Amino acid sequence: MAQPTTDTKSMVSLPALLRKNAASFGSKAAFREKEFGIWQTWSWAKALDEAENFALGLIELGVEQGDFVAILGRNRPDLYIAMIAIQMVGATPVPQYQDSVAEEMEYVLAHCGAKFVIAGDQEQVDKILEIESKLPDFKQMIYLDGRGLRKYDHSKLHSFVSITENGKNSGSASKSTLNERESALTYESTCVMLYTSGTTGKPKGVVLSNANIIETSKTTCEFDDLKQSDEILAYLPMAWVGDFIFSVGQAMWSGFCVNCPESADTLSNDLREIGPTYYFAPPRVFEMQLTNVMIRMEDSGRFKKWLFDYFMEHARRVGADILDGKSVGFGSRLKYFLGELTVYGPLKNTLGFSKVRVGYTAGEAIGPEIFEFYRSLGINLKQLYGQTEASVFITQQPDGEVRGDTVGVPTPGVDVRIGDNGEVYYKSPGTFVEYYKNPESTADTKDPEGWVATGDAGFFEEDTGHLRIIDRAKDVAKMSDGSMFAPKYVENKLKFYPNILEAVVFGAGKERCVAFINIDLSAVGNWAERNNIAYSSYQELAGHPKVLEAIQSHVEEVNSSIAKDKMLAGCQIHRFLVLHKELDADDGELTRTRKVRRKIIADKFEDLINALYDGSSSIYTETEVTYEDGRKGKISATLQIKDATTNNVAAIAAQ
Amino acid sequence: MSNTDGYVTEDGRTIGGVVMEMKNITLRFGGVTAIKDITFDIREGEIRAIIGPNGAGKSSMLNVVSGFYVPQEGEVFFRGEKRPPLKPFEVARQGIARTFQNIALFEGMSVLDNVMTGRLTQMKAGIVSQSIWRGKAEKEEVENREICERVIDFLEIQSIRKTPVSRLPYGLKKRVELARALASEPKLLLLDEPMAGMNVEEKEDMSRFILDVNDEFGTTIALIEHDMGVVMDLSDRVVVMDYGKKIGDGTPSEVRNNQAVIDAYLGVSHD
Repeated sequence: MAQPTTDTKSMVSLPALLRKNAASFGSKAAFREKEFGIWQTWSWAKALDEAENFALGLIELGVEQGDFVAILGRNRPDLYIAMIAIQMVGATPVPQYQDSVAEEMEYVLAHCGAKFVIAGDQEQVDKILEIESKLPDFKQMIYLDGRGLRKYDHSKLHSFVSITENGKNSGSASKSTLNERESALTYESTCVMLYTSGTTGKPKGVVLSNANIIETSKTTCEFDDLKQSDEILAYLPMAWVGDFIFSVGQAMWSGFCVNCPESADTLSNDLREIGPTYYFAPPRVFEMQLTNVMIRMEDSGRFKKWLFDYFMEHARRVGADILDGKSVGFGSRLKYFLGELTVYGPLKNTLGFSKVRVGYTAGEAIGPEIFEFYRSLGINLKQLYGQTEASVFITQQPDGEVRGDTVGVPTPGVDVRIGDNGEVYYKSPGTFVEYYKNPESTADTKDPEGWVATGDAGFFEEDTGHLRIIDRAKDVAKMSDGSMFAPKYVENKLKFYPNILEAVVFGAGKERCVAFINIDLSAVGNWAERNNIAYSSYQELAGHPKVLEAIQSHVEEVNSSIAKDKMLAGCQIHRFLVLHKELDADDGELTRTRKVRRKIIADKFEDLINALYDGSSSIYTETEVTYEDGRKGKISATLQIKDATTNNVAAIAAQ
Repeated sequence: MSNTDGYVTEDGRTIGGVVMEMKNITLRFGGVTAIKDITFDIREGEIRAIIGPNGAGKSSMLNVVSGFYVPQEGEVFFRGEKRPPLKPFEVARQGIARTFQNIALFEGMSVLDNVMTGRLTQMKAGIVSQSIWRGKAEKEEVENREICERVIDFLEIQSIRKTPVSRLPYGLKKRVELARALASEPKLLLLDEPMAGMNVEEKEDMSRFILDVNDEFGTTIALIEHDMGVVMDLSDRVVVMDYGKKIGDGTPSEVRNNQAVIDAYLGVSHD
């Protein structure tokens, strides 16, 4: 910050950061977007210029201080710039999920009373017009892509370009208004409002201040040494707090370049062209990519397949150690180098990960094999734990201390403590201001001292100080001997096996844990085909002795892995059965987002649970099922109950 | 309605005067008469459909419009002037582009290259300049590529830009063909069964693109289509053919209530 116009004290808002960036490296790329087959670049100077003009245009349009402006569309530089412009005029941007349907949007827009909307294209404009009559506060809409909108009534509709143009031609009155409003921004003023998806009840508007965003961005940029020269690809929903922190907060703080893909379909190609140095993806993206790689390797020639298998085997052994800078033998290092030349390098290049310096995954548990696959290739993939209310970061893994089963150490500046019930609490500079128009929920979540309840249960590992998240706090219970029972932790471990689609573990208040297993029809069916096992239905395959054998070995592997963990060793599965039907949202056993409804399943299959505990070796059962057309039917089956070997905790500890 | 008067459609589009007029067209292949004494016109900015049962002579009619077939009798007027028999490239230069019933793309070439062929009539650089790719050729390529990229963006085929056409599914190939036709920035676009063999979703996409092309670029469109729902929704006026004769002409609702059309489609008792 060598410029005389900027000093640290004035860096209290994102517009101020934008001005700083434009002044210190105005000609460097701030945003890129691929359009018409070419990467178009916005320099920091151009971004500032556009933001100013758009802000003036907003003033001309009648945007007042304190107004909410909804943003809906895919990741595009214009929309990011618009968010800064909205802050410049003292209003608050409220980014929305672009794929949400009109009714979902109606609740949110009515809740915050958004007066203005910036929509990406005709599809988004149509959604707003559909619910317009139910939004009493709605005034004007601005659209980015005018295609198909020619015939629309333009009394409340303006193109993005025309607003910018109006701003450019605006008089000195507007300019002084903008100056006034921008200098009125403080560290405490609202930066953005993001709605949480709300698994329970209605979405809540999380108000984040400038201090929240800037402090968090500052510490995390330092944590991973993010620089002006870094590149990211912005492809995750703009309404998600992660995108706001990565593509706006951190980008504004450190001045790195945000690249927007051409369209959702061209993502993998754009990723390869940009070669980001800083990358974030939820586990399912990594999972999908790995599956694609594996399928394509199966289809490749014999020599290539051998080469791939040979070097991947080596990478699994030493790759992660080399990445962590641990010492490995000279021979191993040489072999890894050869692998880099022939397999790892080209593979990373194909995936677009050649330049990734820092990669993060979060949101849910990632399978250990998947995690290790990427790390063994030399990609510095790490895990973090966070939520909207914390401006993302609660804990993250420092370089060299990365493991699949922890979420890392508290981010600098964040205090984390574990409550009496095992729930994780945190207090940080990024802690949200409030839930908008919802003081009860705010009080429930955040205590007067500023500690926020995450709703997740976890514990700190004594020797490393890493946090491990085990489950949602409300699911964690005690077994009859007082040891901790964390069903989701065990279920996740089971579900990492491709053969297992779903697992439900029971054991709260009991001495031992038992489990229901659902096989994955595509994976097990494929296996059956290769092994000449004939079957006519899901039920028959699920009851096949060989399948049961395979599942038993998975359960036992999970048991021995759990047994290594002193706190959770009680959760080993003693008995299990493979269900005769797939758990289904139509039958109310799963939520629409495929989360297990524990209580409903326990009630519905009470007879099976009893059989698991009473020691019988098989049980006859009848279950009502709902077909897709709404008709109901009954299926009956005799299910085998299997005993799984468990491990003695003491014995393991003694080894 | 006179030839020069325009009118405004229900959805607010302005339709101009006649751009193409077919007068008493008769087309024979040896002893077979494919088209018998047909007269109709196409107006500026409208979507004009030609429908009819199999073998009615629809494709032949479209080939007459495009200048590929020269009728034995009758006259074709384009923009008020009688059109002499023309070579296909001369027709293309007049601003007429078409797609084919059976996809006619260069299978081994990428989507982008196929779309670029739509610009060929506009390229003027000589063979030497083209082969060393210097000067005029380079400049031309950049200009034409930009036009093609706009079409690619418009039809949302960015993700297959570099994919060889042979690897694409049928529905996408149809879209690429439309892209190639659009790349020549036609005034009159002829579509021969643009939705044949497509599933409902692909048809919906294609319908939207056809409407958008008409709306955004003001392109006049003449199309042959079998799907009645599509025809009735899309077109401003419909010509109905049966056994080489015109049996109906008018707005979709007029045609739908025309007894001759109903008979041709549903059959008629012969007692």
